[in-house]
Amino acid sequence: MLELKNISKTFNPGTINEKRALCGVDLTLKEGDFVTVIGGNGAGKSTLLNAIAGVWPVDTGSILIDGINVTGLPDYKRARWIGRVFQDPMTGTAATMQIEENLALARRRGQKRTLRWGVTQAEREEYRERLKILNLGLEDRLTAKVGLLSGGQRQALTLLMASMMKPKLLLLDEHTAALDPKTAEKVLAATERIVNENHLTTLMITHNMKDAIAHGNRLIMMYEGQIIYDVSGEEKKKLRVPELLEKFEQVSGEELADDKLILS
Amino acid sequence: MTAYFASLSAADLLGRLPAGVAQGLIWGIMALGVYITFRILDIADLSVDGTFSTGAAVTVMLIISGVNPWLALLAAFAAGCAAGMVTGLLNTKLGIPAILAGILTQYALYSVNLVIMGMKANQAVSVDKYALIVSGRNVPMAILVGGLLAAAVIAVLYFLFGTELGEALRATGCNPQMSKAQGININVMKVFGLALSNGLVAYAGGLAAQYSGFADVNSGRGAIVIGLAAVIIGEVIGEALLGKYLNFAGRLTFVVIGGILYYLVYTLVLWLKIDSNLMKLFTAIIVAIFLAVPYLRGQKKSSFGRAGKQSARKEAK
Repeated sequence: MLELKNISKTFNPGTINEKRALCGVDLTLKEGDFVTVIGGNGAGKSTLLNAIAGVWPVDTGSILIDGINVTGLPDYKRARWIGRVFQDPMTGTAATMQIEENLALARRRGQKRTLRWGVTQAEREEYRERLKILNLGLEDRLTAKVGLLSGGQRQALTLLMASMMKPKLLLLDEHTAALDPKTAEKVLAATERIVNENHLTTLMITHNMKDAIAHGNRLIMMYEGQIIYDVSGEEKKKLRVPELLEKFEQVSGEELADDKLILS
Repeated sequence: MTAYFASLSAADLLGRLPAGVAQGLIWGIMALGVYITFRILDIADLSVDGTFSTGAAVTVMLIISGVNPWLALLAAFAAGCAAGMVTGLLNTKLGIPAILAGILTQYALYSVNLVIMGMKANQAVSVDKYALIVSGRNVPMAILVGGLLAAAVIAVLYFLFGTELGEALRATGCNPQMSKAQGININVMKVFGLALSNGLVAYAGGLAAQYSGFADVNSGRGAIVIGLAAVIIGEVIGEALLGKYLNFAGRLTFVVIGGILYYLVYTLVLWLKIDSNLMKLFTAIIVAIFLAVPYLRGQKKSSFGRAGKQSARKEAK
């Protein structure tokens, strides 16, 4: 479903701030794969997702989604195949627009936007049904401005928007990191359900090792712009946090000095 | 002093008010254009000072050469759209910040407008010779036509921003990152929004030229500030009167009302025999105050000065 071949990206090349963020990353995801991504700060996790989403062009390599080479396409053109949820709950939705308008924007992802009505009556019914899944009472607030919602509600809504048109690929960039633990748990549970029900091929970055192990069928660990550990299937199911830490030290040759990663 | 007050007559003021309303309606249509960029796209577009005159120039020159005034207005709209597209392309394709792009377009338009007007700073179009749509000579008719045109523009904008395209435009102004993730080409949207906005401004310029009976290369000077004044005055009054019941159609209507109120104040200032050249100073002060109000309100709730004072009180105890 997703194929990355030798992806490299260097930020600010030739300056004192030069940063080699991705160094020849290869990664292939099968249809329906739910992959969790872990790694310390600056390991290249978000950079990897941004490269796939097309936020900027990569320096080398190819990106194929469902066999289509999208390397030369900007983000808004790749959006027809990709659903995204960001770390900041404010990023994924338009605050001054209504809940139903936000959903309608997502429903037309990848389609030409014409002078037809932005939200139709038939859609409203559909949105109400879909919002019920979240169990947040949003189905009765279709015309409320999204800016009135809490961070957790907005993140859940973004998740719904990202998954609504059954994207070929769902990219979750630490989408629960900015939420309080209880809300994070709820959003994560909703994620699990939506991904499973729709069989979405998913890449999920997380800072939480337990979550990384508990969710998905495959786990990859990144370090200095490379994938240093890749585990799936039965082996992943048996994985425990101490083992994962040990693995990191083994492969990277240093201790994992990220409090957020260890403590959570 | 007594002589000054004696020279003011209430009847005179009442007599002047209708003309203020008529002009306010025309500038209200212009303010609707400013609303699109300032409030929906979140861009302060300074091209409008130029495009207002462009609309006036195109309209007057076409009418003089025998074109139907309605068609001339349509051409003015198209010319405004083209100028807005230039600003948009400077911004999106060449990476020039939106404010600078607008200033460049506005600056260039001064020359363009002179060329349109045959290198004359002023071109007259007399209502005696041509069948103008509005004229300052027939104020009640101007109010009627201006009111109908403003209502038509509000209706069109209201429906446009309810369509898929309109929602994409609103999303672009509200959250560009989210818009891109939803497959919206935000550069195309910005160019489209700037074109539409400047089209409306030029259209209003064409109406204003017919109303006053001439096109002047300087007629658009300060249009952006008057537009902002109308938008802000309209919003403050609309929110005060309707509160949360103020929907999108209401907002657009109050923008036009803001334009009318601005011109009524203008009329009052002239009636008080204050030099109209000082009006720009008053306008700037009014706009600055209204723009500052939301910020100052926030400061009242939470500022370092406040924090320091309450801390000093506590410590003194």
